[in-house]
Amino acid sequence: METLSFEFPAGQPAKGRALVGCVGSGDLEVLLEPGTAGTLTIQVQTSVNGAQQRWQHLFERIFQEQTPPALNIDIHDFGATPGVVRLRLEQGFEEIAHD
Amino acid sequence: MTDLLNKHSFVELGARQRAKALLDEGSFRELIDPFQRVMSPWLSRQGVVPQADDGVVIAKGAIAGLPVVIAAIEGNFQGGSLGEVGGAKIAGALELAAEDNRNGIPTCAVLLLETGGVRLQEANLGLAAIADIHAAIVDLRQYQPVIGVVAGSVGCFGGMSIAAGLCSYLLVTREARLGLNGPQVIEQEAGLEEYDSRDRPFIWSLTGGEQRFASGLADRYVADDVAQIQQQVTELLQQGLPTIQRSRQAEHYLQRLAVLDAEPQIDPATVRDLYQGERS
Repeated sequence: METLSFEFPAGQPAKGRALVGCVGSGDLEVLLEPGTAGTLTIQVQTSVNGAQQRWQHLFERIFQEQTPPALNIDIHDFGATPGVVRLRLEQGFEEIAHD
Repeated sequence: MTDLLNKHSFVELGARQRAKALLDEGSFRELIDPFQRVMSPWLSRQGVVPQADDGVVIAKGAIAGLPVVIAAIEGNFQGGSLGEVGGAKIAGALELAAEDNRNGIPTCAVLLLETGGVRLQEANLGLAAIADIHAAIVDLRQYQPVIGVVAGSVGCFGGMSIAAGLCSYLLVTREARLGLNGPQVIEQEAGLEEYDSRDRPFIWSLTGGEQRFASGLADRYVADDVAQIQQQVTELLQQGLPTIQRSRQAEHYLQRLAVLDAEPQIDPATVRDLYQGERS
């Protein structure tokens, strides 16, 4: 198991918070909460070791398309593939946008 | 096909969604929600990723206007195993519901059980928490019904199968399984010839929801459908306390078991006849 930290530029703080997913096989849990303006922080606790680069690239690719709102994101990962991670993040962003 | 599309599966829902689905619209209020991060302090130290709610959702709300506390176990996280935190959440919720009753608030409880029992990584702390849950069910059920729901697909095993047995009423689906030991544990102890844990029809024929209902060990047998499960839970809540708790009938069950010839391989029909006795 590894704990990783990431930081990305962001816009204004999100208004709501959201929880999506579950720490089940091949899945992950994502907790999104409003952060400080301009910064998106991500803490990842993952069962798969040595994947820091993979997480970095995945986040970069998602956030280069669109500047995310300022959030503190906690991820508890149980071996999700990058595709599942991306779907869960998008689900989370959609849910905070609805609140 | 249209039936399939109209059906709203309960088994496919996560713990939080299940609690929301059973409670009256808009009445769901979660206690110790995941953002409070009351997590297992033991899993990370053993290299296991924890979950923010420790796999247990506690929600207060109403069912058909009746005050209810729901404890829902997430079967997809560590097999629904109960550790120190998740166990304490359930025990605490049940204890508070009993306290409510002593203060004139008729809070009842619904337990959504998807669990293999104690979380081995937390050993004695999980066992102690499950003992607290047992005591809390026995306390609360004097005042109001405690309803256990085993929907599947994990089922309910180990110490939590005893909790299911202590409930005022137990509701199962065809997908459910209920047993003190899980199939793999029994296979390991009894041998492959006697109990093949990979033989799914055989396992369900002995420990599945239909068999448990036919043997009188469950009170309701329901299809995997949100509306039907909600309706049955509501009916049981409105029914109030049972005239006699199942777990108070230990003498009756012991007498039944005493006449069993354990020599031949047991089959589902024998079990049903054994438990039903003259009624069958």
